[in-house]
Amino acid sequence: MLDMTATIIRNFLTKPHTRLYPITVREPFENVRGNLDIEIEECILCGICSKKCPSQCITVSKEEKVWTVDPFACVYCAICVENCPTHCLSMDKHHRKPVKVKEMNRQVQVKGPEKKK
Amino acid sequence: MATIVPFGPQHPVLPEPLHLKLVLEDEIVKQALPTLGYVHRGLETLASIKDINQMVQVVERVCGICSCIHAHNYCMCIEGLMGIEVPQRADFLRVIWSEMHRMHSHLLWFGLLADAFGMESLFMHAWRIREKIMDVMEATAGNRVIISINKVGGVRRDLSQDQLKWILKVLGEVEEELDKIKPVLTNDYTVKKRTVGKGVLTYQQAYELGAAGPQLRGSGVVQDVRMTGYGAYKYIDFAPVTEPDGDSWARTMVRFRELYQSIDIVRQLIGKLPEGEIAVKVKGKPSGEIVCRSEQPRGELLYYVKATGENFLDRVRIRTPTFANVPPLLAMLPGCEMADVPVIALSIDPCISCTER
Amino acid sequence: MAFEAKNITKNQLVSEVQSLKNNGFRFVTMSCVDLGDSLDLLYHFELNMQLTHLRLTVPKGDTAPSISGVYFAALLIENETKDHFGVNFDGLVLDFGGHLYLEEEVQKFPFCKVSVSDTKSEGGAL
Repeated sequence: MLDMTATIIRNFLTKPHTRLYPITVREPFENVRGNLDIEIEECILCGICSKKCPSQCITVSKEEKVWTVDPFACVYCAICVENCPTHCLSMDKHHRKPVKVKEMNRQVQVKGPEKKK
Repeated sequence: MATIVPFGPQHPVLPEPLHLKLVLEDEIVKQALPTLGYVHRGLETLASIKDINQMVQVVERVCGICSCIHAHNYCMCIEGLMGIEVPQRADFLRVIWSEMHRMHSHLLWFGLLADAFGMESLFMHAWRIREKIMDVMEATAGNRVIISINKVGGVRRDLSQDQLKWILKVLGEVEEELDKIKPVLTNDYTVKKRTVGKGVLTYQQAYELGAAGPQLRGSGVVQDVRMTGYGAYKYIDFAPVTEPDGDSWARTMVRFRELYQSIDIVRQLIGKLPEGEIAVKVKGKPSGEIVCRSEQPRGELLYYVKATGENFLDRVRIRTPTFANVPPLLAMLPGCEMADVPVIALSIDPCISCTER
Repeated sequence: MAFEAKNITKNQLVSEVQSLKNNGFRFVTMSCVDLGDSLDLLYHFELNMQLTHLRLTVPKGDTAPSISGVYFAALLIENETKDHFGVNFDGLVLDFGGHLYLEEEVQKFPFCKVSVSDTKSEGGAL
């Protein structure tokens, strides 16, 4: 009957195991798959990321030089990051924040990568 | 006079949209009829528009809780069809993550069961222990639940020496915590009152109704797909956990003992973890038919894959354990009291998104 | 893991399944594969961790005998197959009438491949 007693007393004497979330935020672990971002000036607009993506959340337009990701369709698998030939895609360790309006992450290339000779 | 009471899909104790039509006579259930289809997504047909590598991410989403094992099984199918030999280290890593998945799934279920019979403090304890494993998963694989570390030909991430040491440390802590809740589970009057002798499934019934996993082993049948030695299971000492009684209590104990077993398996694997590559390059397209099985937290998972050498697979058929566990549930419910239905339904560890895919 | 399935006919199915049951096999599941104008029904059984498979080929729109009388567990998968592929099973112990998953208004069989039948009209009327 009193099997839980020790644990209960310990629980009273220790700090809570939960955090008051918006006030205290835990630092995310290294190598966590969070927000997807791009170094747009390094991108060669090959479109491999959009073909490999399992959820088809990336669109690449070669003519307009635009790379777009829908963060709300992204499944955070990092397949695109692994397959990018120029390694311009990256995932930082922070997760997407909740928002009121869904917005696409649209990146327009201005200059483009330097061409190798 | 018989009354028909609808049970679910929205029910305080059910985390899953399972609907049962219960035919009652006074307080006694006479018959139970299932209704499915609340979360049917038709994932199997996605095989016709997603290529073989994208399908890994699709099958991971059949069931959140056992995503790693789904992907593992799918990759085994494709590798079997293409004749790919996975590096040994990849096999070990897959199984390490699979066993972590089993532990977090069992702890999750354990919490839900405690919640179902009204012991909220035990529920919170179980989930607090689970959080340690979730942290390990997030730090090593990159996500908490859908860890997505399997790919056709190997795994996508490696475990460093520091991480392995940390995993062993966490396992030690988990074992210590489990030791603390073990007496609560085995001796407590409340737990026993709600589970012992409820929802009995005999050896014969379990076998003939095709039950799977802890439900089958809880009825004394020695059946565990890990016995076939797929993946890295062939390198370790392993004996399936069984309990003879076949009631909710036996199923609970099977799962609880499997937690210790998983800790032991991960320790053995880390002790024997070979060095080497973690993935091989995959070229070509699969063709042929194959059936692969693996053991999920909820039981035996079966994949049938048919490929014709094209970009897309012809057919992916997924038989999940809860699908097999619904007919035994229908056999268990008649004769029990209405108030026991939630606990009995939870004791099969229902996962309806698995069942309907 | 090679895949070998024993081919059987409609008439043999129930007696074959019954003899498997008498030999102590556990029913695992059934799979259905669309072959174009016919369907493959694959039955998977297990004994001592070894799988045994049976293969029954039925033309689309035809009925197949139900094995739910032998193995009660087969009723769910047979109902699912009826939902997805439109196979009618004779003697289902609990028949959901093709609406295990799907709503009443669904008229198609969603897992069947879309096939266009070749109806060439002569004389170029179209």
